[in-house]
Amino acid sequence: MTATETKAPEQDASAAALEISRVSHSYGKRKALDDVSFSVRPSSFTVLLGLNGAGKSTLFSLITRLFGVRTGAISIFGWDVSRTPGEALRRLGVVFQARTLDLDLSVEQNLRYHAALHGIGAAETRARSADVLAKVDMLDRVNDKVRALSGGQMRRVEIARALLHRPRMLLLDEATVGLDVKARSDILTHVRSLIATEGIGVLWATHLIDEVRDGDDVVVLHRGKLLDKGDVASVCARAGAATMGAAFNRLTGVDAAEGY
Amino acid sequence: MSLAELSPTPAPGFTLTQYAICLKGVVWREALRFLHQRERFVSALVRPLVWLFIFAAGFRSVLGVSIIPPYDTYVLYDVYITPGLVAMIQLFNGMQSSLSMVYDREMGNMRTLLVSPLPRWFLLTSKLVAGASVSILQVYAFLLIAYFWEIEPPTYWGYLTVLPALILSGLMFGALGMLLSSLIRQLENFAGVMNFVIFPMFFASSALYPLWRVQEGSPGLALVCKLNPFTHAVELIRFAFYGQINALSLAVVLGCTIVFLGAAIIAYDPSRGMLMRREG
Repeated sequence: MTATETKAPEQDASAAALEISRVSHSYGKRKALDDVSFSVRPSSFTVLLGLNGAGKSTLFSLITRLFGVRTGAISIFGWDVSRTPGEALRRLGVVFQARTLDLDLSVEQNLRYHAALHGIGAAETRARSADVLAKVDMLDRVNDKVRALSGGQMRRVEIARALLHRPRMLLLDEATVGLDVKARSDILTHVRSLIATEGIGVLWATHLIDEVRDGDDVVVLHRGKLLDKGDVASVCARAGAATMGAAFNRLTGVDAAEGY
Repeated sequence: MSLAELSPTPAPGFTLTQYAICLKGVVWREALRFLHQRERFVSALVRPLVWLFIFAAGFRSVLGVSIIPPYDTYVLYDVYITPGLVAMIQLFNGMQSSLSMVYDREMGNMRTLLVSPLPRWFLLTSKLVAGASVSILQVYAFLLIAYFWEIEPPTYWGYLTVLPALILSGLMFGALGMLLSSLIRQLENFAGVMNFVIFPMFFASSALYPLWRVQEGSPGLALVCKLNPFTHAVELIRFAFYGQINALSLAVVLGCTIVFLGAAIIAYDPSRGMLMRREG
């Protein structure tokens, strides 16, 4: 390994929190992602917008190295996911679409397991667990079995868990699916607040256009292709639409309401 | 204060302490899950006990066992099949781990493990060690009950000398289960494991009858038994109870563990493995 390679990429102030560069992925003959490129800035909220089947979950699997990147490159704060997966993944917190908590364990036990997988010792884990659970307002449920929690509470625990190892980039894949309106709103508000309080970059994948706000960066993905990216105003302007919903409909040629 | 301020850029790589914390965490979680699943613990014990108390007792007077190593005298049939039942506990546990991994993969829990920043080979090996540890707990619980049935090694040292053999065989069956879990697409397909792995491995082995008896009846089947890794796990355990090492069995069990684990690590490797090819 050369001296250049061992230099921490964070030292480069221009390093994006997440950089997706010309990524393609196929399942057999079916192309799930086709030459996708975009980046997420540190301390920013980026919405990855696409209907079911757009390729959002495939992209998340590639970012988290559940799948190998065969075409293109993905890096987190300059660390390449394929060549330096350990360094890339330790800077990444993930909330998957499917629930990944162990229902038979308590909230505290789930967090302790996650901490162990990141090599965090017991004393440090206790302190961090109390901190992250307090942030998602779940500290009073620390000893409850996960099975006893509601869907919204489980999501909040998953967010707390994703923050436990102090990542600098957070991925959330359809984190509000299956939740009621209030739980959706609470979680979205909380994740947005993390950008201000924790200074982390967030990539929020969703098919729900009402989760996009004016100041957000947006990446529109449809059938594996990136149709547009940028802040809401510029995406709307390029599509010649007044709202993000209308812009999405024009870009994809699909009525987004059908995707709800 | 933000997380970025709280957490300065970590030094690249992981310390030995971090590896140890991870291993301990994976073993702890597996043990915890096992203790929560009381039915699993009971069924893991009932299965070999049924064989011991009913099958072996029934066949005790029918099946005679001649003096073969490591025995230096005639032994009761119950004594003969005990190492086979011990290996059976570990085989079922290995397959149970496989089932659990397929279930975790379908439910999404597996992702928690696989997105850890520690190397994938280390995570899978930790999972393997965790499964083997649980199987050894089951074995000693079984041996305790068998002791009250007056089935015990020639000396109490046998309980200690068998431990390395249990570790090795537990790792081998765990690695086999891990490899199978990477090949099984859906939970529903797991019934095939019972039909095509567990039963053939158990019955085509030296667990229930010495190989010389099989040789008399069917030389072809005897050859299959000799090639069966389960046979070697049984013999390794049998000799270890008597403070002896069966060198051939040791080599086969070690070799199979390395091959199965190596194949499982490749199968779970995101760039080369089977998982990504079967998604979507």
